[in-house]
Amino acid sequence: MERRIKGMNRRQFLQTSGLTAAGTAFAAPLLTAADRAWAIELSGALDQHTADTLLKMVRRLYPHSTLSDIYYGYVVEDLDRAAKSDEQVAKLLKDGVKKLDRALQIDFLDLSDGYQLKVLEGMSDSAFFEKVRSTTIVSLYNQELVWRHFGYEGASYPYGGYINRGFDDLAWLPEPPAEASPPKQS
Amino acid sequence: MAKIGYKDDSAVVIIGSGAGGGTLANELCQKGIKVVVLEAGKRHTIDDFTNDEWAAFGQLSWLDKRTTSGNWRVAKDFPNLPAWICKTVGGTTVHWAGASLRLQAHELQARSTYGEIDGANLLDWPLTLEELEPYYAKAEDKMGVTRTNGIPGLPGNNNFKVMYAGATRLGYKEVHTGRMAINSRPRDGRNACMQLGFCFQGCKSGAKWSTLYTEIPKAEATGQLDLRPQSHVLRIEHDDSGKASGVVYVDKDGNQQRQAARVVAVAGNSIETPRLLLNSASSAFPDGLANSSGQVGRNYMRHMTGSVYGVFDKPVNAYRGTTMAGIVQDEAHNDPARGFVGGYEMETLFLGTPFMAAFLDPGAWGAEFAGDMDAYDHMAGMWLVGEDMPREGNRITLHDSETDQYGMPIPNVHFDDHPNDIAMRSHAYRQGSAVYEAAGATKTIETPPYPSTHNLGTCRQSAKPADGVCNKFGQSHDVANLFISDGSQFTTGGAENPTLTIVSLAIRQADYIAEEMGRKAI
Repeated sequence: MERRIKGMNRRQFLQTSGLTAAGTAFAAPLLTAADRAWAIELSGALDQHTADTLLKMVRRLYPHSTLSDIYYGYVVEDLDRAAKSDEQVAKLLKDGVKKLDRALQIDFLDLSDGYQLKVLEGMSDSAFFEKVRSTTIVSLYNQELVWRHFGYEGASYPYGGYINRGFDDLAWLPEPPAEASPPKQS
Repeated sequence: MAKIGYKDDSAVVIIGSGAGGGTLANELCQKGIKVVVLEAGKRHTIDDFTNDEWAAFGQLSWLDKRTTSGNWRVAKDFPNLPAWICKTVGGTTVHWAGASLRLQAHELQARSTYGEIDGANLLDWPLTLEELEPYYAKAEDKMGVTRTNGIPGLPGNNNFKVMYAGATRLGYKEVHTGRMAINSRPRDGRNACMQLGFCFQGCKSGAKWSTLYTEIPKAEATGQLDLRPQSHVLRIEHDDSGKASGVVYVDKDGNQQRQAARVVAVAGNSIETPRLLLNSASSAFPDGLANSSGQVGRNYMRHMTGSVYGVFDKPVNAYRGTTMAGIVQDEAHNDPARGFVGGYEMETLFLGTPFMAAFLDPGAWGAEFAGDMDAYDHMAGMWLVGEDMPREGNRITLHDSETDQYGMPIPNVHFDDHPNDIAMRSHAYRQGSAVYEAAGATKTIETPPYPSTHNLGTCRQSAKPADGVCNKFGQSHDVANLFISDGSQFTTGGAENPTLTIVSLAIRQADYIAEEMGRKAI
């Protein structure tokens, strides 16, 4: 939860401050949308090429065509944070990206979608792959705006639960009889 | 709350505050018996609970490192998380789903009913259903189980509607919203269910029975209970006569303490309980306390489990409402003609998006997995839970080199699926898929077992001391004032969610302890 809020604040800061990649005072690598609608600045533990390649990799791992890159960018932000707090992780990620680039003697980012997939399949048993995958499966799917994409509403207690908000609103199947599913008690 | 001195040896010292330990504590306190409860976890309130899966997981789960071995898939998917259970006052009753089912008569006579099964260490319980029934009745009343004591069933949610439609089209007859220790209307000072969809994260409705806000405060109100959260027990000590004499633990400030005891009751769940007995080895008990049978830590059971998800053209929004909202019981009987002994229950279950991603197909990635996740709000889901075979080799052992933050060897959990478990799971996957196909599913997904919440059997009851660790009251065969008070004492697992049986056994055990103390036998 803390991570999500921090990410949001940082993005809002970059949006509202009018800073762009060119004008920012940060020297650290930055993940940005093509139209500069958003930006995530990183710590510097990972270089720009590593960060860009990881961004592409995490999208290949869990490809949701209707999810914008920013949500994958927050995964890279988590990887960057892990790299900053642990040199071993930084090395694992940087070396892993080098292997992605070397697999077919062409930078991973320059490969076609199909070749990128092939390279990832070939590395799926590596510690690098598992670090990125296991981070992504938690980080990508633990973002509130991503939940909206999947139709998940998140916390319900602040809204009184679903007792009066559709816990039983499915109408395309027959209603179970009261003996199987009694009416709610008022 | 009572304050019991470290050297005061008149109290019953209970290790753990979940379904077994928390219930036993309250039952004893109600009889005027002094109790110290040592609980490894912190004390939370309902206000602390959060509707956020990962945050709640970090808040409530037992995350101390464990290792795994064996051919079960959990060892591959979650090598350091064999069990999904809690470290908190209230134990796993904070996390459980609330299903409260009685064992069936034949399940307590598993060896006699199923016969000799290769590779299984089956044994009859030293206890019959008839002996347990009065205690089941008390437990159901205590917990407020729906469809007992005139308490209405819960209203079914969307996930249940899909299960009901498919199951009845398939010809299943016993399909309803279950017997749940979740208030369908206010009862015993607790609210009615708000259909939050966060049963596993600690019930913010307060509708679900948990020892945290039922048994524990009721015990405190007697003035007999000294509850000590954040107290991690290291070993149980005994005197020269072989009786348990005290418990050594690390307190909340990190200081080692020794609490003297008249009786010690262990209720740390089926991994920590045998770990503690094994770690309490002495010259008099070289293989671990109460382990003359060699059965401490063995016969670890975790239920045959698995899940089926069905994908539909139309929205389901199955995450809304009680996590376990309904049940099909038609496969719970024993019918070896299906290719396995024992039976299984089909229970609705659904997860939020974060946990669905983590558990739908652990380790999976790529377009197919992402496509399944894209169908999240068009899915219905069920959990399959059935009897697994006790095996001597499925066991908890002390790690030979790794220790925890207190220097205590961490536990290793070894589990190999028995062929009967696989035959049952295969049947259950097929039937679960058929239920959803009958309701119109365009796709069904077989999900492997989650880390275990039903941890059973590692200090089992037996009629003969050579076959198990404790008698039919949970009293250890070797040490008269040492009791097993959690699911570890299960001789076999049955098909049913175990909490109601754990609570019933704890109520029964409290009667027995009080009697034995009264006649100075312990």
